Amino acid sequence: MIEQDILERVLAGAVSSGADFAEVYAEDKRSTSAGLDDGRVEQVTSGRDRGAGIRVVAGDTTGFAYTSDLSEHGLESAASAAAAAASQGGGGVRTVALTASAPHRPNRVEQDPDTVAKATKVELLNRMDDAARSYGSEIVQVSAGYGDSRKKVLVANTDGVMTNDEIVRTLLRISAVADGDTGMQTGYQSMGHTIGFEVFNTVDVEELAREASRQAITKLSARPAPSGAMPVVIKHGTGGVLFHEACGHGLEADLIAKGASVYAGKVGQQVASPLVTLVDDGTMPGEWGTLGFDDEGHITQRNVLIEDGMLTDYMWDFLRARKEGRPQSGNGRRQSYQHLPMVRMTNTFVLDGPDDADDIIASTPNGVYVSKLGGGSVNTATGDFVFGMTEAYLIENGEITEPLRDGNLIGNGPKVLQDIDMLANDFSMGSPGTCGKDGQGVPVGDGQPTLRVKSLTIGGTSS
Amino acid sequence: MSAFESKLQIVADSVIDQARPDEQIEAFVARGGETEVRVYEGDVEHFVSAQSEGIGIRVIVDGRTGFAYAGTLDQSAIAEVLAEARDNVQFGTVDEWAALAEPDGAEVTEQTLWNEELADFPTDQKIDLAKELEKLASGADPRVRVDDSNYADAHGESAVASTTGIRMSGRENGCYVSVSTLADEGEGDDAETQTGFGFSVGRSPSEFDLDRAAREAADRATRLLGATQPSSKRLTVVLDPFVAAQFLGVISSTLNGEAVVKGRSLFRDRLGDEVAASMVTFVDDPTNPKAYTATDVDGEGLAARRNVLIEDGVLKKFVHNSYSARRAGTVSTGNATRGGFAGTPGVGCLALSLVPGERSQEQLIADVDDGLLVQQMQGLHSGVNPISGDFSTGAAGLLIENGVVGAPVREITIASTLQRMLLDIVEVGGDIDWLPMNAAGMSLVISDVTMSGA
Repeated sequence: MIEQDILERVLAGAVSSGADFAEVYAEDKRSTSAGLDDGRVEQVTSGRDRGAGIRVVAGDTTGFAYTSDLSEHGLESAASAAAAAASQGGGGVRTVALTASAPHRPNRVEQDPDTVAKATKVELLNRMDDAARSYGSEIVQVSAGYGDSRKKVLVANTDGVMTNDEIVRTLLRISAVADGDTGMQTGYQSMGHTIGFEVFNTVDVEELAREASRQAITKLSARPAPSGAMPVVIKHGTGGVLFHEACGHGLEADLIAKGASVYAGKVGQQVASPLVTLVDDGTMPGEWGTLGFDDEGHITQRNVLIEDGMLTDYMWDFLRARKEGRPQSGNGRRQSYQHLPMVRMTNTFVLDGPDDADDIIASTPNGVYVSKLGGGSVNTATGDFVFGMTEAYLIENGEITEPLRDGNLIGNGPKVLQDIDMLANDFSMGSPGTCGKDGQGVPVGDGQPTLRVKSLTIGGTSS
Repeated sequence: MSAFESKLQIVADSVIDQARPDEQIEAFVARGGETEVRVYEGDVEHFVSAQSEGIGIRVIVDGRTGFAYAGTLDQSAIAEVLAEARDNVQFGTVDEWAALAEPDGAEVTEQTLWNEELADFPTDQKIDLAKELEKLASGADPRVRVDDSNYADAHGESAVASTTGIRMSGRENGCYVSVSTLADEGEGDDAETQTGFGFSVGRSPSEFDLDRAAREAADRATRLLGATQPSSKRLTVVLDPFVAAQFLGVISSTLNGEAVVKGRSLFRDRLGDEVAASMVTFVDDPTNPKAYTATDVDGEGLAARRNVLIEDGVLKKFVHNSYSARRAGTVSTGNATRGGFAGTPGVGCLALSLVPGERSQEQLIADVDDGLLVQQMQGLHSGVNPISGDFSTGAAGLLIENGVVGAPVREITIASTLQRMLLDIVEVGGDIDWLPMNAAGMSLVISDVTMSGA
């Protein structure tokens, strides 16, 4: 994307006014998307995003500028804008010698989406539309989307690091609306992987569509969700967002450093039920949060955050690790070349426990069974977090009974982690997610076995 | 955006000039820049200064639509974008209503969207503003510390041209300061932290009210110290203006003409019905210069205009762009939205407000026997379904007993349905505040909402 000698000159120039670190992050992304709604393929979109972000650090101050001009002149202009903000008034000539890192490719892409005809991609949407509509006469509307992208990323910095990565993404989503005497209800399914079009050799797209329709139709007979605290069982592969919000964000070192997390100062302490081992792993092949290198050029790795309930470590980016004099953990990420990196999760999941999923339900006299979760959010300073349930049922006398209408659940992270009293042995990864923090969205994965929380507050209306 | 003739218009014009006889082409070209300063403990934590530009091209042939964009204005890239958009046409389904907007003769209400003072505002003063705000917020209360204090501004120019006769360009800038606070109380196992925020927005920095931003950020955090989780019950809620504006944002999606024509609005067959309490009038008016999102033209280049959507509780109108209007058998209400060069126009309210009432928040609260002043909502994106109408969101605030604000509460949800909440509105406050979003805020009293807690 950019010649090595140009990078070396730009980086050396960026620190010539006394800064102690400079970095170039360049990307070249091509994407194709297609949307179907109301029975029509509304539009196929082709996109091209290309540019570089230059970061210059002096002490605790970071200057950042970006440009879509990848010529040496364009990069130099951005570098001087970034350096102006982080100038120490010093100076001197520094040379930068880059050494290319060996490739790290956790994902194996067999069929680059660029080589697949657009008509073949559009055909997936028509197949899903047909399958969703023929599932039941209650289905009155369907929208579906396909998206793929190939992003080449180059990171180089004054520490001599130079990495090249290429990330391919393939995504499919569908939402169905069912109409009945009780009004309209919705169902939603999605799948996304960091591999190519070969994913459709194994994914049954019609089944994905039927599942969205089934959810919507099921909820036509749903009753209002209960109001108040009760036991909640969360189906495997749907509830990773619980951990993402209940503790994931609170373990990000930038929030720890500012004392804006309830988990600050808790390393080595029991923060969760002994059943819980929580891992963040950017190397899981094909998963939505997987990368070869993070967006600061650090190789991704598997990080155990909580082991048997004990907090073992936080997640780290370059700046926070440098300040603490410790290694990075491969969690420095950014939305695009137009954004500063910060500490982010990759694929965050809880490992299997000892219980059988059926036993968990059978041993719950009364409660709620959540089989599909929506998004969530957390206030890391208080630990209070919410997440939406988009398919849920009452548990009565140890059995799953009536479906419930949508609602939010609210809990407090540190308390909920301690309240996990049963954990099954049926681990699976969940749907692709986009995690938002400080205005930036990045792709993340999550996963967990079926589990029970002793008490969570259900935000329904029924007493 | 009409008054300013830009170089970008030339770029847009040059694209549509290449249209073949059977093609409708629209080119949207944009260029912009931003500055962002973040201060922490008296020092600059980061300073971002950046420029970006791009083009999006839409081509329609015989009812089929194709689109492409690129984040650059290089000549070769523009040619590639046009070629890709043309190639994408063949994959769209024929849609008899697909067409670009045409000039409709509606008069443009000129807005002053460009401020020279901001354009010339020096960098060191931007940094000083963020530092000053941090100092004011942390000095507002001994229990308060600052998580981050920010100054940000953005400027942009854009031009649109279409073979159907739309030709419009303009530029706009704006700025804001914001501060996030943490308030601490207690030690050891009793240690507790609450969070707050404050902000001030303006066309230029001289419009900022740093004292108010700092005071609100400190108050929001300290007011919640000592909050506990209450028992569940039904009560009356008073939404703080900031929370009410978020609620209006949810309501706006039910008034969206595209959702209506595609059968996704819960009000789709309710025109003329009483859908809200009788004192409720919803107006979308981007021509109001006080609105943060005030504009003179919409995302398709048609004149922005004032639309009364719900009047005295009766549903009068949905908002439309030219496509949804054509399908609904009506005309555009000037409500095309456009997120930038990377997307095609959607439909949405541009500056939604309730017609304000007369009384202050204090007066509204004085009439509530058993209620909750909602200061924060959390999880609107995950617990509100605008298609079914189910509404459930995390919340924090202060209990109201016999007309007086009392104990802080947290780890609660408030729930009802959108249909019921509109009918259950008891009173609209007179304290209208245009917030940095596409809806205004004002205190709003809604009865019979379920608060879920312990």
